[in-house]
Amino acid sequence: MRLQPWNRRHLIERIMQIAMIGSLVIVGLCLGAILWTIIARGLPALTWEMISQAPKGGFYMGKGGGVLNAILGSLYLATGATALAMLVALPIALYLQTYLATSGWAQLVRLALDVLWGIPSIVYGAFGFTLMIVLGARASLLAGIIVLALVELPIMTRAMDEVIRRLPRDLAQAAMALGSTKLEVALRVVIPQTLPGIVTAVLLAFGRGIGDAAAVLFTAGYTDRIPTSLSRPTASLPLAVFFQLGTPYPEVRERGYASALILTIIVLVVSFGSRWLSARLQRYTVK
Amino acid sequence: MAQNPIQSTVTTRNQHVVTVSRQRADTWARRVFFVITVLPIGLIAVVLIGLLYRAWPILQQYPLTDLLFGVDWKPSEGRFGFYSFIVGTVWVTVVGVGLAIPPCILVAMYLAEYAGARTRLLAKPILDVLAAIPPVVYGVWGLLVVVPLVETVLGPWAQHLLGFWGLFAVQQPTGFSVLAGGIVLAVMITPLIIAVVFEIFNTVPVDLRNASLAVGATHWETIRRVLLPQVMPGIIAAIVLGASRAFGETIAVLMVVGNIAQVPHSLFDAAYPLPALIANNYGDMMSIPLYDAALLCAALILLVIVLLFNILATVVLKRFVK
Repeated sequence: MRLQPWNRRHLIERIMQIAMIGSLVIVGLCLGAILWTIIARGLPALTWEMISQAPKGGFYMGKGGGVLNAILGSLYLATGATALAMLVALPIALYLQTYLATSGWAQLVRLALDVLWGIPSIVYGAFGFTLMIVLGARASLLAGIIVLALVELPIMTRAMDEVIRRLPRDLAQAAMALGSTKLEVALRVVIPQTLPGIVTAVLLAFGRGIGDAAAVLFTAGYTDRIPTSLSRPTASLPLAVFFQLGTPYPEVRERGYASALILTIIVLVVSFGSRWLSARLQRYTVK
Repeated sequence: MAQNPIQSTVTTRNQHVVTVSRQRADTWARRVFFVITVLPIGLIAVVLIGLLYRAWPILQQYPLTDLLFGVDWKPSEGRFGFYSFIVGTVWVTVVGVGLAIPPCILVAMYLAEYAGARTRLLAKPILDVLAAIPPVVYGVWGLLVVVPLVETVLGPWAQHLLGFWGLFAVQQPTGFSVLAGGIVLAVMITPLIIAVVFEIFNTVPVDLRNASLAVGATHWETIRRVLLPQVMPGIIAAIVLGASRAFGETIAVLMVVGNIAQVPHSLFDAAYPLPALIANNYGDMMSIPLYDAALLCAALILLVIVLLFNILATVVLKRFVK
């Protein structure tokens, strides 16, 4: 409709439109501000040494070295956790759709998943810690992987469930009409058709896992060495940033900003990479 | 016994012909998958029980009211009062949610009702990236931008204009405050709230909108008088979901909120939220008696509050997003 500015109702409409667009702009600006700050403060301190070396003695007081221990540690943690979570998330998502549909049990499981999704990662970390005490285990890469998998599980399952639910029924029904068992429908029809979405879900959880500090704080510990074993503690990028920012030495803090930039770049690469990969996989689905 | 007609044959290396029943594979898979689906529900129970078990020593020793409402926190003297932490968490959460709600609802409204497909296509990556940024990076941004902002701009401004109001009293010179924590939290929960409210607006049938527009209402009037009353429970649920996320956020808040165990009386006071308490003192846990039980009790309190919020919000939202 053509808004007449002398009409009070139309004036209110125009004001609300401005408020809405203004809010959208503010949100966009916030993202811009965050990225800009990280890049502007982190880039100057980002050197090849930072990415390629582990901390040398006195790193947190200004001496040489880099954060390779944390970069590799985070990658190992997130990769292990994502693989572990995938083993559980994919069956749950498939089962919910192909065998259960809208039954009461499915609703209960979905409610449980939503509840798990909302549990803060520090609680998972504290729980992991209690498990470690009970089992007499020490902080290690493996413990970090298990707890991080717990954090990633609801995110991944929920995302996969969303994708699988949106799949149109006709392909699955055609397969069943031709005599497939439900397992075969799940493995040979649903998974290939939803592969782009599944990949997105997995990478989404991976991105979350790399950035999470609270869960690995208790369980993976911290160390200056490059991780080589599942039973030793390992560093992680978020904790590396946190520790570097906590020192009184400005040059160490600058390196902290650079570490934050590294982490942000990894997350952005994963985020956009998943989009690209998902688009590439679309060509293997049946339209 | 009726033979299952769904069979295929497989020849092994020893030239034995083995009959593999596809039906049996399906049944076996069904059983295994069912067991796996018990895991989520089991996990909630296990986490609750695990934390309860380790927090039991302190729950046995002190009455619950002492723990929840006690103001003294001196672990070395055996005094564990969580009140200042609980209140601190509430303050930061309320500020965060309060700052986030108006813009988020407006943005969600815009994206659902007004925006063309191109705008939505542009907005989605922005929101996705905001959601993907790790909390520690938000913390760095908070340290570099928000804390100085509170210290040099918002603090003096509030003192100048609103100093008479205790809520805005500036009693400490740094920017590490409830307000800083609230601002960082607000930006963190923005993608979540926008996504949920957007979904909710999309569930309202198109005919309702069209009918209202057809009788001459402006688009905003349609939203305000027709759509909002219908989606209001959902919006409240979205707020509760955002609050629950803000309640549990650890790293970003602990970097900007000052970490002083006191009951805040002003937006510019420092505070010490529950998650920050747990994260900061994890190193000392085993050295003081009952300290580990106390910290795990804090985690348990956090868990119970978040669970309540979450179950409430999820049950309400289920009715909307089918």
